Amino acid sequence: MCLGIPGQIIKITNPEHKLGLVDISGVQREVNLACILDEEHPLESCVGDWVLVHVGFAMSRIDEEEAAMTLQILTELGEV
Amino acid sequence: MKYVDEFRDPQKAKFLLHEIESLVNQIEICQHRPLYVMEVCGGHTHSIFRYGLESILPEAIAFVHGPGCPVCVLPMGRVDDCVALAETPDVILTTFGDAMRVCGSQKSLLDAKAQGCDVRMVYSPLDALQIARQNPSKQVVFFALGFETTIPSTALTVLQAEAEGIENFSLFCNHITIIPTIKAVLDSPKLQIDGFIGPGHVSMVIGKTPYQFIADRYHRPFVIAGFEPLDILQALWMVLKQLAEGRVEVENQYKRVVPEQGNKVAIEAIAKVFELREFFEWRGLGSIEQSGVRVREAYAKYDAERKFAVPAIKVADPKFCQCGEVLTGTIKPWDCRVFGNACSPETPLGALMVSSEGACAAYYQYGDWEKIHQKKVQKEAIAAIS
Repeated sequence: MCLGIPGQIIKITNPEHKLGLVDISGVQREVNLACILDEEHPLESCVGDWVLVHVGFAMSRIDEEEAAMTLQILTELGEV
Repeated sequence: MKYVDEFRDPQKAKFLLHEIESLVNQIEICQHRPLYVMEVCGGHTHSIFRYGLESILPEAIAFVHGPGCPVCVLPMGRVDDCVALAETPDVILTTFGDAMRVCGSQKSLLDAKAQGCDVRMVYSPLDALQIARQNPSKQVVFFALGFETTIPSTALTVLQAEAEGIENFSLFCNHITIIPTIKAVLDSPKLQIDGFIGPGHVSMVIGKTPYQFIADRYHRPFVIAGFEPLDILQALWMVLKQLAEGRVEVENQYKRVVPEQGNKVAIEAIAKVFELREFFEWRGLGSIEQSGVRVREAYAKYDAERKFAVPAIKVADPKFCQCGEVLTGTIKPWDCRVFGNACSPETPLGALMVSSEGACAAYYQYGDWEKIHQKKVQKEAIAAIS
């Protein structure tokens, strides 16, 4: 039920309704972007961002640095 | 696929398994009984089975499958109410696919559809709103299910409907909240849990802070986790590390998606449209205080329970089903008398067999049948002696 899938915002399709086209593994769908917008991230700046999509809504912006750090911890485990 | 494949790397899984094995040897509890770790979320249950994590982990670790599958914990009476809504003239009932086959006392939504009701499966509540736009002479009801992950999406859909002045759209609200649920689990006298793997996607909405009481008052490690196999293994490793080092904390393994403070826009949307119910009835767990939400008075016209005559009759679960005992971890799915015979994913009797996130469906689909059979034989032999 709480399934979420990473996808990349391709373009803004409907600024009034805060909708954008998101590519999820090659499948493109219109997604509501309201939950990932704030002063630092206005709608037009979101193209190219990776987001976690749940039931047609982008619920979180995926943090590339944090993802790399998590993987780094695991790589280091193997080096010990 | 970016952010997915990297977290399925078998080499890194081996590193983690090695670390987990060495921690198991250091933890005192593991020397005389299994260590019970509850994965709260049904999505985690599904991943654990899909990737066969139970079979590669040391036997000293036992997963307890938590109540975090909203379809599984929905009481039969609510399904009956939903079927009644679907049977109301001029109603289009829209629902997520998970809920189509859940049985009420008489039938499921799928049965209602087969009998001619207009029941439509949607991917998003926004799709339900679109159906409302396209069918102004009909009433479109959306079967709203789910924890905090899903609640913002229905809240924002209601706000969108209001902004556009769409009046033929409403929610049959069955949303539930995670904190009272975990608290009910922790207060259950029968339950033995040493640590938690916390729900990643609920947490991206509510953040990390609401779980602090689990460490402070109940002294259990709680690690928020992602849904790929490496995420779950790493979270388990973090739980074990806390236990081995004598720490009790709320930690976040899923930092790439879960911000410390959650999602402000989502939390505000929830608070605007919904309010807590005094009680909400759960399948197998009974009534839990302040565990559900309902539509606020200000949005009453978007509330199907106010708009239509919903029967709201309480229905007891069928006697032969043991969903409740499975949900609280008292018995394993294969201990249930109807598991795999009368109750299967094709003809589910209990809700846990319906959703792919239900513990019974997961055991049925991915479980090691030979092992299950052996355990059954062992249990019967013990029962025969005593």
